[in-house]
Amino acid sequence: MKISRFFKTIFMTDFVRGLIIAIKELFKPKKTINYPFEKGKISPRFRGEHALRRYPNGEERCIACKLCEAVCPAQAITIESAARDDGSRKTTRYDIDMMKCIYCGLCEESCPVDAIVQGPNFEFSTETREELYYTKEKLLDNGDRWENVLAANIKADNPYR
Amino acid sequence: MEYLNIVFQEIYKILFLLVPVLVSVAMIVWLDRRIWAFVQKRQGPNVVGPFGLLQSLADALKYIFKEIIIPSSSNKVIFILAPIVTMTLALVAWAVIPFSATQVLADINVGILYLFAVSSLGVYGIIMGGWASNSKYPFLGAIRSAAQMVSYEVSIGVIIINVLLCVGSLNLNDIVEAQKNLWFVIPLFPMFVIFFISALAETNRPPFDLPEAEAELVAGYQTEYSGMMYAMFWLGEYANILLMCAMGAILFLGGWMSPIEIYPFTLVPGAIWLILKILLLFVLFALVKAIVPRYRYDQLMRLGWKVFLPLSLTWVVLTASYLFYFNLLPTN
Repeated sequence: MKISRFFKTIFMTDFVRGLIIAIKELFKPKKTINYPFEKGKISPRFRGEHALRRYPNGEERCIACKLCEAVCPAQAITIESAARDDGSRKTTRYDIDMMKCIYCGLCEESCPVDAIVQGPNFEFSTETREELYYTKEKLLDNGDRWENVLAANIKADNPYR
Repeated sequence: MEYLNIVFQEIYKILFLLVPVLVSVAMIVWLDRRIWAFVQKRQGPNVVGPFGLLQSLADALKYIFKEIIIPSSSNKVIFILAPIVTMTLALVAWAVIPFSATQVLADINVGILYLFAVSSLGVYGIIMGGWASNSKYPFLGAIRSAAQMVSYEVSIGVIIINVLLCVGSLNLNDIVEAQKNLWFVIPLFPMFVIFFISALAETNRPPFDLPEAEAELVAGYQTEYSGMMYAMFWLGEYANILLMCAMGAILFLGGWMSPIEIYPFTLVPGAIWLILKILLLFVLFALVKAIVPRYRYDQLMRLGWKVFLPLSLTWVVLTASYLFYFNLLPTN
């Protein structure tokens, strides 16, 4: 054992230096946030809970093109469609199995009319599995609830698309 | 009737000591977690009560309402007895800790010996728990902790001899009084360092927490315990840590003495000074937990037997020779 190493061991210089660093770190600001009370910033591209949007006049955006259903890698989306009385094609069923969904964002990307989007909400845990089978009503409801944020996010991200 | 009065008086005294100790154990768990978190730049428990102070109470409540699972293949009597033994021994030792010249539950003349004996007995709770669980991880953890505690007990014993040589009495109050002019931490500084490290090993704290090394042994001897029994192990462990801090404060940091014998300091009661010194040592304990990695088992044994024991024995000889040569040996 070298002499310098010996003295290092005897006087525990490494340990003392570690202790000093620890004491310094003790008073530095914390890196973690107080989660339920304060939340981290979320990017406009954040891929959270899904929502179906509407046009400002209240008409559903979705035209039942089924691109999202086709592109979905987890096959979480199920769509059934029918022509309405006014001749437009609309969905009669739009289900997303949120437990299958891998939150890849391909549905949002494939949508030609910005109907299906993934919003900023990530706190939608439930107590039963059934509650996570999202139906058209639930998705439209989400869209109505988050419309302001969703529109702002799409606008913010527009230059990069 | 008179007899009953004496009994009640003693019970009041004991409660007056035990309740603050138990409350401070709860607080110290919070402090430990909080310091650990702060060093790692986390927040630590800060939701329950002001600054999260009541976190330990919430945890205790949770433990109380949890089911106690007793493995069917365990030795049930010993299994149940183990946490009780651990906690009782950790609390019983507080009887001789002097909080001031007069505030001591049992002012016995072999206080330090009693303290040493009781803290040595602490290993039985762990061995019993590990053995009675009748499963492999607790058993391995118990063996490890037994070997570890026995090894470090030896060097602690020798360190205590160092102090006793300078004091000439086994009474804890005498030990404190002997440090009136100079705390033993100054002349016996290397012994204080070794005592501190041995205390870490004795209480199974990191870097010597091998008996409950999560990565290897799940939770060591506590693996099969649940609910209140687990909580009692936990309480006993932290009460033991506090006890070790108190022992360090009494042996080396002048116990309940104020650091400087001048007017404003002497007004503060001795108990406050002792508590402050215990807290100081505990903060060191907590900081060490945050900065050191776990020792390997052979390194742990090497440190105990091949480094600390010879070092402290040499120091005993040195202290004794010095005291003898300069005719400073205490006589009473």
